[in-house]
Amino acid sequence: MNTGILEERKDQIHRAGEGAIDIACNRDSLAGAVSQRACVFCGSRVVLYPIADALHLVHGPIGCAVYTWDIRGALSSGPELHRLSFSTDLQEKDVIFGGEKKLEAALDELIDRHAPKAAFVYSTCIVGIIGDDIEAVCRRVSESKGIPVLPVQSEGFKGNKRAGYLAACKAMSRLVGTGDTSGISPVSVNILGDFNLAGEIWIVRDYFRRMGVEVVANITGDGRVADLARCHGAALNLVQCSGATLDLARMMEEQYGIPFVRVSYLGIEDMADSLYQVADFFRDKDPGIVGRTQELVRDELSMLMPELARYRLDLAGKRVAMYVGGSFKAFSLIKAFRHLGMKVVVAGSQTGTAEDYAELEQIADPGTIIVDDANPLELSAFIKEKDVDLFVGGVKERPIAHKLGVGFCDHNHERKEALAGFAGMLNFAREVHASAMSPVWNFVPRRAARVAESGEEAVND
Amino acid sequence: MTKPASKTVPRPAARPNYVSTTNACKLCTPLGASLAFRGVEGAIPFLHGSQGCATYMRRYIISHFREPVDIASSALGEKNAIYGGGPNLKKGVLNVMKKYEPTLVGVATTCLTETIGDDVPMILHEFRKEFGDLDLPDIVHVSTPSYSGTHTDGWHGAVRSLVEQLCVDKAAPNGRVNILPNMVSCEDIRHLKDICRDFGVHATILPDISETLDGPALEDYVKIPSGGTPLAEIREMSGARASIELGRCLPAKTGGVSLEAAFGVRNHRIGLPMGLRESDRFLETLEEATGTPMPRRYELERGRLVDAMVDGHKYVFGKRAVVYGEEDLVAGLCAFLAEIGVDVVLAGTGSQGRGLDRAVAEVTGGVARISPEVRQGVDFHDMAAEAETLKPDLLIGHSKGYTYARGWNVPLVRVGFPIHDRFGGQRRLHLGYKGALELFDRIVNTVLEKKQADSDIGYGYM
Repeated sequence: MNTGILEERKDQIHRAGEGAIDIACNRDSLAGAVSQRACVFCGSRVVLYPIADALHLVHGPIGCAVYTWDIRGALSSGPELHRLSFSTDLQEKDVIFGGEKKLEAALDELIDRHAPKAAFVYSTCIVGIIGDDIEAVCRRVSESKGIPVLPVQSEGFKGNKRAGYLAACKAMSRLVGTGDTSGISPVSVNILGDFNLAGEIWIVRDYFRRMGVEVVANITGDGRVADLARCHGAALNLVQCSGATLDLARMMEEQYGIPFVRVSYLGIEDMADSLYQVADFFRDKDPGIVGRTQELVRDELSMLMPELARYRLDLAGKRVAMYVGGSFKAFSLIKAFRHLGMKVVVAGSQTGTAEDYAELEQIADPGTIIVDDANPLELSAFIKEKDVDLFVGGVKERPIAHKLGVGFCDHNHERKEALAGFAGMLNFAREVHASAMSPVWNFVPRRAARVAESGEEAVND
Repeated sequence: MTKPASKTVPRPAARPNYVSTTNACKLCTPLGASLAFRGVEGAIPFLHGSQGCATYMRRYIISHFREPVDIASSALGEKNAIYGGGPNLKKGVLNVMKKYEPTLVGVATTCLTETIGDDVPMILHEFRKEFGDLDLPDIVHVSTPSYSGTHTDGWHGAVRSLVEQLCVDKAAPNGRVNILPNMVSCEDIRHLKDICRDFGVHATILPDISETLDGPALEDYVKIPSGGTPLAEIREMSGARASIELGRCLPAKTGGVSLEAAFGVRNHRIGLPMGLRESDRFLETLEEATGTPMPRRYELERGRLVDAMVDGHKYVFGKRAVVYGEEDLVAGLCAFLAEIGVDVVLAGTGSQGRGLDRAVAEVTGGVARISPEVRQGVDFHDMAAEAETLKPDLLIGHSKGYTYARGWNVPLVRVGFPIHDRFGGQRRLHLGYKGALELFDRIVNTVLEKKQADSDIGYGYM
């Protein structure tokens, strides 16, 4: 099998410990390489999607809306407008004569029907080409309907997914600062970059509640327009995930002087560190917060650790490959796997930055393959080379692992298990265990031969 | 006979000039083309557009088939959108050749490349001239602007392009039968193959996704899965004794029509063989095309189906069903539901202009207790508005109707594509007597399950 890496992709792959890392990233995907990456529109859509009381209208042909219909497991504690898929369903005559009238009519109709608190209008490839002035349409409808109608400049071809994150942050930044901030506690934060998959933000919010920290806005999991409007009243922004909402935090720092810290809610250390960072930040305003936080972490760990130890017995020594959206998540996962006695040997991402990859190299074991914007053939070659037992990725990666007879864990936006927080770590361990330890691996051709040779069960090798 | 229910309910208010789409009941054209190209041996689908299209469609298809689905892209960026996508298309095909070693690249356009005016046939012509010294794969292209038509147009367009671009000469008569099966499941294709084999005829089924989208566990990751219609066979379709294309809502121009016009291969256009009578038609057509009488095995299957329909008739009689999905699937379902006494109160599709209303009238005529209301070019919002008053007992269609079924506390019988919230969608059998029987069992059992679930005391016998 020809598993050679295409010449133009060679500088997007690095092996930890083999010289200084100088990985190329954030470039357009290579034509014909079958990238796992989506587009600018995708980046915007996934960030803004969980804002549950806003209307999300895709201005474009039907596919863009259909393929993102209820795509994230982003739960809402109230309205569920985000779970519907709205589109202007552009047709040939709109492409010829322009789609602005259709867009305006769609907004009029949908705003009347659903009474949303705001509307986001996503621009797609075709809209960028025919040149519809969605900014002007949004302004007109905003005036006539009396709600914010926000254009999202997310034409698919204008960069990669990261450009979509920026477009989403720009759209949200128009909402920030428009609401009343009175009554907000001086010990308050905004949660950025958590999308409330399987209710994860509720786990994290509960920790902050126990610490005595007010959460002003969830951005964007279980998000609300009114919270976004007043989130500039918070004292601190917590940014999870490598890039999705970092731009918004920077904008708010510049405009409102709100500092931000980067956090992660995945894995034990990162979850605890994140809470301690917040406690440290507020210790002058609330001297009791450090103690409360220590107590919280102690309580949670005392429940969690014995459980983890049991899974570790089975999982110790197993090798993991991961391919995730943002590389920031990879740091946490590497640490989380260490708690299970497992070793990450391949770590890749769709949208890592140079700084991300440099940091990834620091914490990765020597020999770990670090890859930017990979594709099925590369991923399958790495799985085989490193003889991994478990692959962590998204829907598109799952059949690659399964075809090779390798266990798979979903760690993307479609997962239905909450993996954040201390409770999430236990769910994670349970899922990893169920994926890696199933007897089915005895029967897949790749393992079956080995089982026959060794005369043992594959899962115990 | 009861009064047709559909005539007694108020019709929805007249639609305004433009109604936006909410929860579409259709997909875009390049997706259908990608699926069809995937059913050719050694082929890789290639979308000429921005990277997102290929990735989104891959994700969508993978969620149904649970197989690797590698779709290449020309991954156009902003500069390409301005100056034209030709260079990226060429580079992309070269890269795919290097990595995948395909024997065929199926190039489908997208809204982006259609609108910037890329002349794909010309770019490919240049490509063949520029790289003529390389061992080039066949490259078949199809125009699939996503602002026009639905995924079924993409599917049929790709099939037609394959036939027209590969079948250039009149092949020697080979006694085969061409079957253009429409968008059916992998299991359906396997069943069609079995049937043809039992008729003693070699069928060229185009496309054949039975193995390429439902493959075995293997030792290694194969770049292009085995199976699919062999290219040599596609080239020889002009020498077949007949073509049978399945679908009553096909475009005017199809692969079968082209073969008849160019090479005189007799084209039989019949509906999807769903239910008793449409399956009869298919087997009669095979009898006619092959000169072989229906094998006893199918007489038995037919007999078993009728026997089951008799045994189970009371459980389903008079149940009210909403059916939705691709036009031909909907027509086939309506045909069968009419035969078992289920009243289709609404038959909806996101496509339009292919005469679903006519097809449904044809296949239900003489049997249906009511004339199903047929809605073309609708989304789930439209269908829901009507279904609220139609009070269905059953929804029959793909997974995307789930939230509505849940909202109405009505069971959903999952058929077609996509099935994202259940396992094994690619292995569902719908066609032939056997497919009808399987569907019948599922429908009856769904009704029984609901009855048990709703019962206060439960019951252990039917």
